[in-house]
Amino acid sequence: MPAPFVIDHSSVTQVMAWVLVALLPGIAAHVWLFGPGILVTLALATVTAVVAEAAMLKARGYPVRPFLTDLSAIVTAWLLALCLPSLAPWWLIVTGTLFAIVVAKHLYGGLGQNVFNPAMVGYAVLLISFPVQMTSWPGPLALTGTPLSLADSAAIIFGGAPKAVLDAVTMATPLDTLRTGLLQQHTVDEIMTQPIFGHVGGAGFEWLAGAFLAGGLVLWALRIISWRVPLAFLAGVWLAAGFLHFFDAGRYGAPWFHLFAPSVMLGAFFIATDPVSGSTTPLGKLIFGFGAGVLTIIIRTWGGYPDGVAFAVLLMNVAVPLIDQYTQPRIYGGAPGREKGSSR
Amino acid sequence: MTRVLHRFKGGVHLPDHKAESNGRPIHAAPVPRQLVIPLRQHIGNPARPVVEVGQQVLKGQIIAEADGYISAAVHASSSGTVTAIGPALVPHVSGLPDDCITIETDGRDAWIDHAPIDYQALAPADLRMRLRDMGLAGLGGAVFPSAVKLDPGAHACPTLIVNGGECEPWITCDDLLMRTRADEILQGVRVMRHLLGSTEILVGIEDNKPEAIAAMQAAAAGFDFAVEVIAVPTIYPAGGAKQMIETLTGRQVPSGKLSTDIGIQVFNVGTAYALARAVFHGEPLISRLVTVTGHVLRPQNFEVLIGTPMQRLIDLAGDRDGATGVLMGGPMMGMPMPSSEVPVVKATNCILVKSDALFPPLPAMLPCIRCTRCADVCPAELQPQELFRFAKAGDFGRAQEYHLFDCIECGCCSYVCPSHIPLVDYYRYAKSEIWAREREKRAADLARARHEFRLFRLEREKKEKAEKLAAKAQAKRAELAAEAAAPGATGEADAKKALIAAALARAQAKKAEVAPKNIDQLPPDKQREIEEIEARRAKIRELARQPLETDETKP
Ligand code: SF4
Ligand code: SF4
Repeated sequence: MPAPFVIDHSSVTQVMAWVLVALLPGIAAHVWLFGPGILVTLALATVTAVVAEAAMLKARGYPVRPFLTDLSAIVTAWLLALCLPSLAPWWLIVTGTLFAIVVAKHLYGGLGQNVFNPAMVGYAVLLISFPVQMTSWPGPLALTGTPLSLADSAAIIFGGAPKAVLDAVTMATPLDTLRTGLLQQHTVDEIMTQPIFGHVGGAGFEWLAGAFLAGGLVLWALRIISWRVPLAFLAGVWLAAGFLHFFDAGRYGAPWFHLFAPSVMLGAFFIATDPVSGSTTPLGKLIFGFGAGVLTIIIRTWGGYPDGVAFAVLLMNVAVPLIDQYTQPRIYGGAPGREKGSSR
Repeated sequence: MTRVLHRFKGGVHLPDHKAESNGRPIHAAPVPRQLVIPLRQHIGNPARPVVEVGQQVLKGQIIAEADGYISAAVHASSSGTVTAIGPALVPHVSGLPDDCITIETDGRDAWIDHAPIDYQALAPADLRMRLRDMGLAGLGGAVFPSAVKLDPGAHACPTLIVNGGECEPWITCDDLLMRTRADEILQGVRVMRHLLGSTEILVGIEDNKPEAIAAMQAAAAGFDFAVEVIAVPTIYPAGGAKQMIETLTGRQVPSGKLSTDIGIQVFNVGTAYALARAVFHGEPLISRLVTVTGHVLRPQNFEVLIGTPMQRLIDLAGDRDGATGVLMGGPMMGMPMPSSEVPVVKATNCILVKSDALFPPLPAMLPCIRCTRCADVCPAELQPQELFRFAKAGDFGRAQEYHLFDCIECGCCSYVCPSHIPLVDYYRYAKSEIWAREREKRAADLARARHEFRLFRLEREKKEKAEKLAAKAQAKRAELAAEAAAPGATGEADAKKALIAAALARAQAKKAEVAPKNIDQLPPDKQREIEEIEARRAKIRELARQPLETDETKP
């Protein structure tokens, strides 16, 4: 056995467990604002992910235990679940999770090998294939006035609820509302007077965003993520949105509004920080985060879908090898990080 | 004394485990019955034996002399009889034997005549030769011949750093040395300063050794040249030469250069002490301080004769059940020993006995998740995860582009890796592969040159032979013609004889011409046999080629 003969007490399991813990404030906020439906979604996604992970590990001839206990599949499942409308039908959740684990993770070579963020691949596939289901979000309880029990939520998710019930609880999200309003030639200020909007973001949604932010700060404090990606991501969103807003406040939403759409906070602290599919160099992390932030606004503004975090992250994933190659930091002793035509 | 210290990038905080061994005083280990002294204890050419089997030697006598400039002499650590010169097990990971001189000690421990060196009276070059013959080499672990490092060459060397960092966990021999022999360390520094012409002397000691710092500061006050003793923050690898330089001066040694290129030379405190013993007492390097710690009853430091089997020291410190192996050095950069019977050498600063409780087996390795924790702690500021990726894929060219050879193998990256990847192992593997390939390529180039020359030579020889033959034939013909032209002198019979001889020669020449095809006219059964043999050979060749080809087509 080679040196060193001692190791720190960190492990992949520990890293992933902290990510899950850091998601708890967001989940709690979700339950409080939108009802317990998210818990059903999370459970279903978790079970699907674990079964799919175990099956794929077996099929690929890997030892199941060490890899299953690394918790990475559950992190993927939770991230995807938190991006889905919380009362989405069960088959949507299962399809998305299966796609994330089987195709985006294992067919790319498993833990550490995937080029794309698995949760975002699952999300993007669902969004393209089932746009209607993917945009039927339940409104905040405070607005819909119809609190759902856990059993009601489960019934809706597993297809047991009449359509009328569903219609009673779902409503357009703030981003949807903004988008439709703009298409109808309303100005941002007119649209913002609707009840779905809150102080800076969507009513309720802004609290969810705040909870994700809090969890993200915990991860940063524990040094599980570096500050570079989230900060650059938020800066990219803020600057791009701010530029457009400054340019024409009537047609483009305010930067604070964009920042406090929950998907941005979740994306900045939990999704873009996925180490496997992100950049590894300090400068590269800034570029990666900033690029994803700017792309998010571009897609939100001009793209075909109301939200752009998933596509922005996936697009930046493609650029990672290039970013890494050109941002190698200088090494001790001053030589540039990557040397063409080796010197020895 | 306030000096602005600089923080080098990376590094890790480790549990230091110094208290185990630094509380007990230094004990002199007794002379063992047998000393096994390797000829290769330093970087450079191994020393050349100058004694014979059966010869009596005295303590301090040269038994092998330095071979060339980058080399150092080897001495008998005690008096006795040389019983063997040849391969024996040495403290190296490979477990391969290397040339050693074995001495049965006589217990008298009788010194050879020795006297202090008047270092100021000698020309620097002569003094360095004397030091080389004293066997001096760096005792911090690298064992580079000190005489070479004491040659400032074309560079002025205004700054001399004396390294008392000792950042590896468990090891305390430098700590104890500084606590108890501070004065002699600085005597050695006096000689170093004399040879290098240094004007600034900095002693860097990690701040987890307050007693050593105090002792060195007290000793420094009594010297007639300025010595700055500086406490540096405890963070592994603060005791690495490059890291110590950066901490104390804020300067980095340029990649691919030596510290002397920026006017700085670094010596370990142990080396300074050995130098003082050599110059002021005339004692060559035949003993050193060794920490024996880990899974032993009484972890402590010993003054040990070079060549003493490690097991003798483990016995002295109290052997325990449940040992799982012996390391030479610390847990971060130490080497596992092939056996506890290998001898202590100049590079042996620590003998660390492992047990499952102290060093549990490492957990199974998972794939790299690109978390870059390794990059955050790398003191060489490399991207270990990229080096790992290239090394694993066998893409050694890319690994070199990403500065594989700037890696100091400190182990910080492996220490923090959440996937528990033995990264350093991959780097060592990649480095040795690159060296092997370079050697192979050089050998192949040489072989190709040789082969081409051989072809050329054969061609030339063939031509020369042909020319010679032609000349001979011509001479013969001329002779014959001359004979034929003198019928009177030779009889008819003679002419006939000559004709027969000429015909024979022709036939022979013809035979020689077809010689290579001498299997053409073989009987059919013989022919078949040969064909079978050929077929078998072809098959073997085919088989032999296969693994090579699959090797080459591997990614
Ligand atoms: S610390 Fe280990 S898992 Fe993380 S990037 Fe480095 S090698 Fe990969
Ligand atoms: S072993 Fe090499 S790559 Fe790893 S931290 Fe040390 S210098 Fe960096």
